[in-house]
Amino acid sequence: MSQLNNNIITNYLNSLVMKNVLYSLICVSLVWLASSCGSSETKSGEATAETAANTGGQEAVIDDVSQKDVVKIAVGSADHTTLVAALKQAQYVDDISNAGPFTVFAPTNDAFAKVPKETLDDLMKDENRAALQNILEYHVAVGVYRQEYLNDGQTVGMANGQNVTIHLNGDKLMVNEANVIATIPASNGLIYVVDGVLLPPAK
Amino acid sequence: MKNLIILLLLALVTTIGCKPKSGVSVATGDAASKVYVAPGTYDEFYNVVSGGFSGQMAIYGIPSGRLFREIPVFSADPETGWGYTEETKGMLMTSHGFVPWDDLHHPALSTTKGIHDGRWAFGNANNTPRIARIDMKTFKTVEIIELPNSSGNHSSPFITENTEYTVAGTRFSSPPDYQGSNPDVSINTYKENFKGYISFVSVEKESGKMDVAFQLQIPPLNTDLARAGKGPSHDWFFFSCYNSEQAFTLLEVNASQKDKDFILAVNWKKAEEYAKSGKGEMKNVKYAHNYYDESTHNTISEIKEQVLVLDPKELKDVLYLIPCPKSPHGCDVDPTGQFIVGSGKLAALIPVFSFDKIQKAIAAKDFEAEYDGIPVLKYESVLHGEVQKPGLGPLHTEFDDKGNAYTSFFVSSEIVKWNVQSLQVLDRVPTYYSIGHLCVPGGPTAKPWGKYVIAYNKITKDRYLPTGPELTQSAQLYSIEGDKMELLLDFPTTGEPHYAEAIPADLVQGNSVKIFKIEENNHPYAAKGEKEAKVFREGNKVHVVMSSIRSHFVPDNIEGVKIGDEVYFHVTNLEQDWDVPHGFAVKGADNAEMLIMPGETATIKWVPNRVGVFPFYCTDFCSALHQEMQGYIRISPAGSNIPLTFSTGKVAVESTK
Repeated sequence: MSQLNNNIITNYLNSLVMKNVLYSLICVSLVWLASSCGSSETKSGEATAETAANTGGQEAVIDDVSQKDVVKIAVGSADHTTLVAALKQAQYVDDISNAGPFTVFAPTNDAFAKVPKETLDDLMKDENRAALQNILEYHVAVGVYRQEYLNDGQTVGMANGQNVTIHLNGDKLMVNEANVIATIPASNGLIYVVDGVLLPPAK
Repeated sequence: MKNLIILLLLALVTTIGCKPKSGVSVATGDAASKVYVAPGTYDEFYNVVSGGFSGQMAIYGIPSGRLFREIPVFSADPETGWGYTEETKGMLMTSHGFVPWDDLHHPALSTTKGIHDGRWAFGNANNTPRIARIDMKTFKTVEIIELPNSSGNHSSPFITENTEYTVAGTRFSSPPDYQGSNPDVSINTYKENFKGYISFVSVEKESGKMDVAFQLQIPPLNTDLARAGKGPSHDWFFFSCYNSEQAFTLLEVNASQKDKDFILAVNWKKAEEYAKSGKGEMKNVKYAHNYYDESTHNTISEIKEQVLVLDPKELKDVLYLIPCPKSPHGCDVDPTGQFIVGSGKLAALIPVFSFDKIQKAIAAKDFEAEYDGIPVLKYESVLHGEVQKPGLGPLHTEFDDKGNAYTSFFVSSEIVKWNVQSLQVLDRVPTYYSIGHLCVPGGPTAKPWGKYVIAYNKITKDRYLPTGPELTQSAQLYSIEGDKMELLLDFPTTGEPHYAEAIPADLVQGNSVKIFKIEENNHPYAAKGEKEAKVFREGNKVHVVMSSIRSHFVPDNIEGVKIGDEVYFHVTNLEQDWDVPHGFAVKGADNAEMLIMPGETATIKWVPNRVGVFPFYCTDFCSALHQEMQGYIRISPAGSNIPLTFSTGKVAVESTK
């Protein structure tokens, strides 16, 4: 990551953004439509008036007994505020609160800080949601890829349809060019804390 | 003669004018909005409904009628593996051996000071007499106790006001089974050799653990239903009975001869005193007591060998008989504890007895006769009054929070609302069809929650899409908020619903267990982490100590098992996440599959009978990679030298011999 030129990243991200503007516009409108439909569907029935309808997804389930899922762990981590903000902006909080299981490569705030601020700000705009989603999907694999089951050079298919490459040297685990600096088990999978943002290879 | 009866019945029906209109929907226009529970919102009440011949209990939401869960109680269950797994087989053990199917008629929800406390539900096994306790935190059956000297445990498991006792009365009197009695007698010696028994099963205040505290030996009657007193009548329990004729054949005719049978008034507080002061006789019997330990996820099953029997003929102030017209079925006590309602199945009126008058009559020895050495109170002396011409075939009565009673009528298929004080009939509604029990939320307690009455019907004929000769049984929900009862909803039920209770959701839902903590799992074959997974041999027994977590088993490759081996798959669900059970099934399983709750260990026994490689897999759609959650076990011929090995992924673990 560090050896990559910031300009290259910026250009690359911008191209992703451009490619996806139309798509994101459609997505955003659809989401808006859906949510406005949802809000008009207020609950009725006095029998249940004391119980609020669950209009959120699985992330809204109230459960302080179960082991924390990957979202709850990220939300509780001071080192992952940028990631959580991005997940929220991408509307992926609900998805990775699902039964999964997931392997999540979770870049720290420091890792995101290596991305130019302007680029990040752009990605956080509603019209660029699809680009942000694509990047975040490149950090999530469906399945639990524990270190003891990984091999050096192995590729892992990520949620966006592209692969990352695992580098395993003794106990030292890397994904693409990012170092895994911590491993956190979650109820619905596994979090590898990484020191770099993973960039989907240009197609 | 027969024609005359039919004519009379017809005349009655016509006068009462209550025959339901066949197949007509009488729900009013806004009924739907009153039962609509919007997606994602909760019902107001849990409805705990007996499954009858299914032997299970089911949990529905009220007012929606949605089915949430079927709780296995007295029958082996093809959903969870209850009664099939090594851990739960013991719950269905009895002195007769393993009984995999029974008939559950009545739930009873625990109360404190006569008010629902949301802790336990009790249920009766009608056939092989037992009482079960279900923990309302896990909705699991955690204890089953068998009742010696008992047959046809119908007047059960009704409970005292503070759940001090749950009771069990014999529906079928029979020769007692204690040691020293002779059970091998001719059936026509019924009057001399058959006895009835009423068991008082104590319930430990904190743990809920049950014990047969004492039994009353009574004449050979058919005790039918029961209710505890409350408030002023707290120390008393009332049981209905039929067959005071003591018939032992063709009861349909021979047990319907007398004008009156009895309600048995039992002073259980007095009986308890006698039991504690050693006034009874300890009898040697055999009965099973099974207790499910949440820590080891295993059943502790023991055979108990003694029971204390009290004889009310000698202990004079324990039992009194109240004459009650025509084979009483329901025997219900109003919320004040002052009035006892007897519902004679064949009676044309409903007598309501006064607890105060019963006490006065007992004090004054105002008896009309003795029946088998038991004093019979004078009907007129203890009567509060009669509900005249209420309907045909009264069965059961529940109460609301406004002083009203609701009685079900099987023959005239209706619910009749009447006032307990004035005995005036206030309203009647048809049910579709042939109602048995009915339920008002909190209806049998000192504090009815009111709002609804639910009918549990025996016959549905044209009410639902037909499904061959056997149709669904059903419940019908009526609003009782206004002066008139209003039909809101029909909903189908599983099994045959007999009695049911409904309890406000907020007394139960907050206590619901989400997971079993893996660190508190003391199962002897638990794999509390994947590193604890192993396979080992004890003679011809192969123990597979297996873990499951999204989305793999450890181990998932097993070799070295041979024909002649018995394989025990002990599967621990390592998940610590609500609503994520895993399942387990192996090809050729001759026993069952099973579900394992988060943090729990469960075991299925498999005796492979052919050589080959057999897949096993998770049967509960647990995750996106559920289909990948599988493994193989290789079975080799008897005498093969293949070493016992097991592994998952690239790490192969050596045999532990």
